[in-house]
Amino acid sequence: MRQAVNVLAGLMFGLGLLISGMANPAKVQNFLDLAGTFDPSLIFVMAGAVVVTFIGYRLVLRRTRPMLAERFHLPAAKDIDARLLGGAALFGVGWGLSGFCPGPAVTSLPLLTKGTLVFVPAMLGGIVLARLVNRESAPRVLASSE
Amino acid sequence: MTVTEFTPIASTVGGMLIGVAAVLMLALNGRIAGISGIVGRLLPPYSGAEPSGALAFVLGLLAAPLVYAAVAGTSFSQTVSGDVALMAVSGLLVGFGTALGGGCTSGHGVCGIARLSPRSVVATATFMATGFITVFVMRHVIGG
Repeated sequence: MRQAVNVLAGLMFGLGLLISGMANPAKVQNFLDLAGTFDPSLIFVMAGAVVVTFIGYRLVLRRTRPMLAERFHLPAAKDIDARLLGGAALFGVGWGLSGFCPGPAVTSLPLLTKGTLVFVPAMLGGIVLARLVNRESAPRVLASSE
Repeated sequence: MTVTEFTPIASTVGGMLIGVAAVLMLALNGRIAGISGIVGRLLPPYSGAEPSGALAFVLGLLAAPLVYAAVAGTSFSQTVSGDVALMAVSGLLVGFGTALGGGCTSGHGVCGIARLSPRSVVATATFMATGFITVFVMRHVIGG
């Protein structure tokens, strides 16, 4: 039941990326090309997604716990630090270069385009690399009683 | 570069579908629908945060183009660069950047903004800005 719902959520998310045009890198790059072949469609994707999520989240968070899990796992981080800014900045450069962000790239895999087949493994490598860097540079927790 | 058609209705409908999926994830699993985070749960080093749920979600994502083709009667049309070096560098930056910055277009751009998280608002403004600059430099400074 639980996993069926996860598959369904992934499927809906992927169909949303396809129908909206977000999974077409040319469309994303045109959105980012204010000085050229600007295509404002992605503003509508963002607006549609944010409005539904904004309302839906408020309704859901009135509950004390999710339907199929013990508790809500909401991000606890509050700091606007160098990692957040540097990471987002690097992500934006990569996003501009190809027009791909993680969701559209993964959803595009079955279409077997050469660019996608190069992009996704590189992206997975980048995620692993960042976590190793994060782990190395993270402030070490001093020996605590365990 | 390919000129693309302005599609306000399809884009709004698709965006709303993304929103419904995000709300479903929170309502059922209590989790944020951030794709970089979900994909990250499938990769080492493992933190024990439910890789099976992440795997099921990714399977759904992968099924989407097949369902799309079955319903639309035609396969999804997209234009992806075939430049191997460019795609490799881009993929590396997207993976590294989203893992370091704790989110991507979905986690920060949709879920985070919907939660009015200051971190996500700042992150989204940042990746939008560097995205705009990158495309400007690529198309109007270097290329053309």
